[in-house]
Amino acid sequence: MVVGNAESMKSDLLSSLSIRWIKLKTKQQEVLIRVSILCLVYILAFISRLFSVLRYESMIHEFDPYFNYRTTLFLTQKGFYEFWNWFDSESWYPLGRIIGGTLYPGLMVTAALLYWSLRFLRFAVHIREVCVLTAPFFASNTTLVAYFFGKEIWDSGAGLVAAALIAICPGYISRSVAGSYDNEGVAIFALLLTFYLFVRAVNTGSLAWALASAFGYFYMVSAWGGYVFIINLIPLYVLVLLLTGRYSMRLYVAYNSMYVLGMLLAMQIRFVGFQHVQSGEHMAAMGVFFLMQVFYLLDWVKHLLSDTKLFQAFLRVTVTCAVGVGVIALGVGTASGYISPWTGRFYSLLDPTYAKDHIPIIASVSEHQPTAWSSFMFDFHILLFLFPAGLYFCFKRLSDATIFIVMYGLTSMYFAGVMVRLILVATPAVCLISAIAVSATIKNLTYLLRTKRKVSQTGSTEGINGAKASSKALLDRSQPFQKNSAIALLFGAFYLLSKYATHCNWVTSEAYSSPSIVLAARGAHGDRVIFDDYREAYFWLRQNTPQDAKVMSWWDYGYQITAMGNRTVIVDNNTWNNTHIATVGRAMSSYEDEAYEIMRSLDVDYVLVVFGGVTGYSSDDINKFLWMVRIGGGVFPVIKEPHYLVNGEYRVDKGASPKMLNCLMYKLSYYRFGELMTEYGKPPGYDRARGVEIGNKDVKLEYLEEAFTTSNWIVRIYKVKPPNNRW
Amino acid sequence: MGFRFYLLAILISLLSTSVLSDLILSKVDRRIDLTSQIVRITTAIKVENTGSEPVSEFLLAFPEHQAKNLAYLTSAANEGKGKVKDSTSSLPIEAVDLNGMPPALSFYSVSLPKGLAKGEILTLDVLAVFTHLLRPFPEKITQADIQLMLFEDSAHYLSPYEVKVQSLSVKLPDARIEFYTKVDNTKIHGSEIKYGPYEDLPSFSYLPIGIHFESNQPFAVASELVREIEISHWGNVMVTEHYKLIHGGAQSKGEFSRLDYQARPNIRGASAFRRLVAKLPPRAHSVYYRDEIGNISTSNLWSDSKKTELVIEPRYPMFGGWRTAFTIGYGLPLQDFMFESEGKRFLNISFGSPINDVVIDNLIVKVVLPEGSTDISVSAPFLLKQRQETKISHLDLVGRPVHVLEKTNVVPEHNQYFQVYYKFNKLSMLREPLMLISGFFFLFVACIVYTHADLTISKSSASYLAKQQWDEVQTAIEQVQNIIHRCLAVHDKLEASLRDLSRTGDVQACKAARKSADVLLKEVSKELKPLLSFLQSSLPAAQIYPKVEELVAKEKELQARLMVKHSTVVDCYEKKSGGRDVEKKVAPQQLKLTALRQEVDDLLDFIDEI
Repeated sequence: MVVGNAESMKSDLLSSLSIRWIKLKTKQQEVLIRVSILCLVYILAFISRLFSVLRYESMIHEFDPYFNYRTTLFLTQKGFYEFWNWFDSESWYPLGRIIGGTLYPGLMVTAALLYWSLRFLRFAVHIREVCVLTAPFFASNTTLVAYFFGKEIWDSGAGLVAAALIAICPGYISRSVAGSYDNEGVAIFALLLTFYLFVRAVNTGSLAWALASAFGYFYMVSAWGGYVFIINLIPLYVLVLLLTGRYSMRLYVAYNSMYVLGMLLAMQIRFVGFQHVQSGEHMAAMGVFFLMQVFYLLDWVKHLLSDTKLFQAFLRVTVTCAVGVGVIALGVGTASGYISPWTGRFYSLLDPTYAKDHIPIIASVSEHQPTAWSSFMFDFHILLFLFPAGLYFCFKRLSDATIFIVMYGLTSMYFAGVMVRLILVATPAVCLISAIAVSATIKNLTYLLRTKRKVSQTGSTEGINGAKASSKALLDRSQPFQKNSAIALLFGAFYLLSKYATHCNWVTSEAYSSPSIVLAARGAHGDRVIFDDYREAYFWLRQNTPQDAKVMSWWDYGYQITAMGNRTVIVDNNTWNNTHIATVGRAMSSYEDEAYEIMRSLDVDYVLVVFGGVTGYSSDDINKFLWMVRIGGGVFPVIKEPHYLVNGEYRVDKGASPKMLNCLMYKLSYYRFGELMTEYGKPPGYDRARGVEIGNKDVKLEYLEEAFTTSNWIVRIYKVKPPNNRW
Repeated sequence: MGFRFYLLAILISLLSTSVLSDLILSKVDRRIDLTSQIVRITTAIKVENTGSEPVSEFLLAFPEHQAKNLAYLTSAANEGKGKVKDSTSSLPIEAVDLNGMPPALSFYSVSLPKGLAKGEILTLDVLAVFTHLLRPFPEKITQADIQLMLFEDSAHYLSPYEVKVQSLSVKLPDARIEFYTKVDNTKIHGSEIKYGPYEDLPSFSYLPIGIHFESNQPFAVASELVREIEISHWGNVMVTEHYKLIHGGAQSKGEFSRLDYQARPNIRGASAFRRLVAKLPPRAHSVYYRDEIGNISTSNLWSDSKKTELVIEPRYPMFGGWRTAFTIGYGLPLQDFMFESEGKRFLNISFGSPINDVVIDNLIVKVVLPEGSTDISVSAPFLLKQRQETKISHLDLVGRPVHVLEKTNVVPEHNQYFQVYYKFNKLSMLREPLMLISGFFFLFVACIVYTHADLTISKSSASYLAKQQWDEVQTAIEQVQNIIHRCLAVHDKLEASLRDLSRTGDVQACKAARKSADVLLKEVSKELKPLLSFLQSSLPAAQIYPKVEELVAKEKELQARLMVKHSTVVDCYEKKSGGRDVEKKVAPQQLKLTALRQEVDDLLDFIDEI
């Protein structure tokens, strides 16, 4: 026993010695630990997003990023003014697109600045590498912002946990892996930064922070259309503060300076323009701005008037007048058309069923679908349970800052439920609120443990002198269950957090790191088979078609064709002109001779379709075809959805409707497919994506000819024949 | 084209009387190899000087259409009797412009170093390599058609000299022969057509023949190839090759059917090629194969100690007229290619493309030397266009010198070694690491300066003053803490002395310890006084001061009690009372001491956290 005690004393001495040796005060130790944790989190956030590079290659992913990459390339090659004035004749033929005026330039400018500064520092990087790594880099920066935000609303512990949680949260990783060079990559950083700076401004009442948040807002506006969320959430938050009687001079300074300066700055972005004063979506901010002035006036008058009754009367009159003027102004503005009504996208956010009925082009995008429970679980994992706990802690310690994070969390969760892609917006809030829960719980538990441990320690050291009894008494006085349960809970928390980490790791590597240009599948022997058909086709287009060839395809592939194939497209992912897309949809759903007329009028040289019947790739054009019919039919009533269905059922086999079996899309997808054996033991012409034998095996093309089909038949390109000689 | 040849023939026959010198070709054997897209004509010529003067040059004549596609021409004197001969003794050749000769002919003069004296006989081996000499006919074919090629030449050896005996054999690929011109003495042996022998033909005799045959060899033509050879003295030579490839055979027309191509690639798509083999030097590493839009996954690499073989497939099968572009890159160990001589370094590396059977229309070789290389010169076995440029790569300040070599019409025969000589100081190698190190150094220095420097603009603002005061308070508190820690250390010493006492019973030593402790503690309390008074007076410390005061008071109490304990124990030992008595007397004090010590520790922790 004595030996054991001596040993424990020795180790105690050693530990105290080692700490004294470095001569760090507790404070400095804490700073050191905090900074090193933050650095590790920063690095972790970056490298966990590199799975896609390791699994595949350093490439741009998916659809929109290709447009961003193409524009960034243009920006770095031709300079900013050329970029700003760029009229792109390669898309939306024959309309063209004013690129400078119809995009959010934040991402491209950011990447170009990174590229130029790296070049200046003599790192001869390729612009593609910069673009690929922009999103991970900004994700790392987001963790820093999350730390400061957490520190602002709770304490530095919560900040650290928030940084760690957001670094690997799948909801965020899904949009920020290396190669996913999209607006969201930098926008989430900008969003969180704006919120953080605004909350900081509200907490301090400092003009400097308010201005900083206005610049953060400007960056957000330049980067993503999601800035509308900020310009509505912040007024809502201010309104709630006003209603709960938390109006203060700090709030007044923060909101007014942020709103006025932010609005003026946002007008510099051409795509946004005067929307801040002219669009219905931005009117809430303006209304709250005027309301603040009324509040200020009332405050002042209240200060001057000592008579409460008189003040009550004044209050009533002022409020009535203000509301009246506001309503009239809004009514007149809307009626005269000065204020544009809410857009369909905005409506579809508030009402999940709106898009389905009114705007098929929004509803047709898979990421605009309402979110399933499973994907919440997939993207948030334990955060989903920690979120309510965090809300509890926030309500327990209400302050201006916690009210903000609660409102941000609740509203964004609603939007996340409406649209899958908005899980992204909710992620920072969920991470922050969960971090509060984790941090507060662990802090409480460790506090319990630490007070106890000290007592027992001193007890044991004093034990030498035979004061064992006294130490025992000390131990007995504290409740043993509390300690044990605290340890158990602590272990439980660590278990959950480690589960979260493994889940995130798995999700990132398995689900979110696929570039979706290159498809990978497991072969019969468990080896990895790569389907690189998209790039095969695009590169063929790039090399073997005339420079000015026009390619018609469904809009999904537009950006990729212009970026990788370097050819003019009829429609692309910008979807700014519904009629044009509907025309393409109409051509795809018409008979070949009718489609030929449309294609001639659009000057189409090549038609590109995506077909998964050979490989079993299910997101091909046949599966998207009903949307083409719907969108086409929305503008051209000749196209009627029931013509393509049999008893409301969509089929491609023998039972399919005759219109379906002979429309252009069907013919182009299944041309000569009827002669192909796709699977052993199945008849020729067996469609593996839909699991049926196709209905029209004898497809003859009259006006088009097969120009190229990729090795796995995923992309098929047809050449539109010139019209026959009349003689 | 054919029509022009006849014209040419007539023209030549008119001029045939003008004989240049008295050389006679006693025997000419020509072999034309048409098995690939590159036409190789090997001619063995026996030259005899029948004149009286010694002759030092020998003329080779080519019709215009051949001359403009001539890629490579070499001739070697074959002195032995067809046995082992030094084939390296190639003779210098230059293009000459002769007056009085038909303009449709191009002449090359082979200078005979030893001269050919009267009556002497010399055997020359001439190799001429042509690109684009085969003409697809028909020019456009469908996927199902076979690719037919047309070759035109003369059955007679075109020469400004008289030819005594001559023969010609044409080697064709193992496939169908659509048509060949039949003249006297024409024989066919499988895939070989023989013309001749013909005897005693005058100079410039020309007998046009045409051969129309099937050829499904890859007609891979690189319209441009840029090879960038970058030397790093850290032990690596990085070669990057950018190809712009085109299928130079018959253009394909009509549909491309993947189904047909998949089912019967040898019939439906016979003329297409789907793979190329690059023979890289041994020990090549970091091989990659990509294009503008990313990596191309269809490639294979085999390597052994003799060679590295890279089999690449373009993204799609190459049909007639189809283009593709790609980049291959590989690293090579520096010591295999870098040598030193006479204080200069030189790179010795092969010139052409590692892919066999590719005709390169325009080859640009860029040798990127390390930054700081000087005195650059190139020695190459053939004529090249040269220029200098600079390239800015990682961590370069002024850029790396790039020596650019250009050549058109390159065939595998050009795959010879060339040398780039330059001077380079070893110390320059350290430039880039030093730059990196200094970059980080300055970054850290900047951080240190930032954290230590006072960057406040207004030294009199309220917040600045408050901050300064707070800093002072913090240092004061820190000092107080240090002092308390020292006191506690003294306490520990006293306790230790007591333990020693119980073990050894040495009362004097214990007393001495007590004395020194007293002195120390007195000093300490002196130090403590001004600090406490400062804390009391300063405003920002108002919150923390009570705690500090409490801490000091507790410590004092602890000190007093310890002293009491110490003296009682010492007293007891002096009175020689038993150990049990001592323990009994001390026990209540001990408890209080423990509690006090605990409180002091807690207070220290609390102050720490502020």
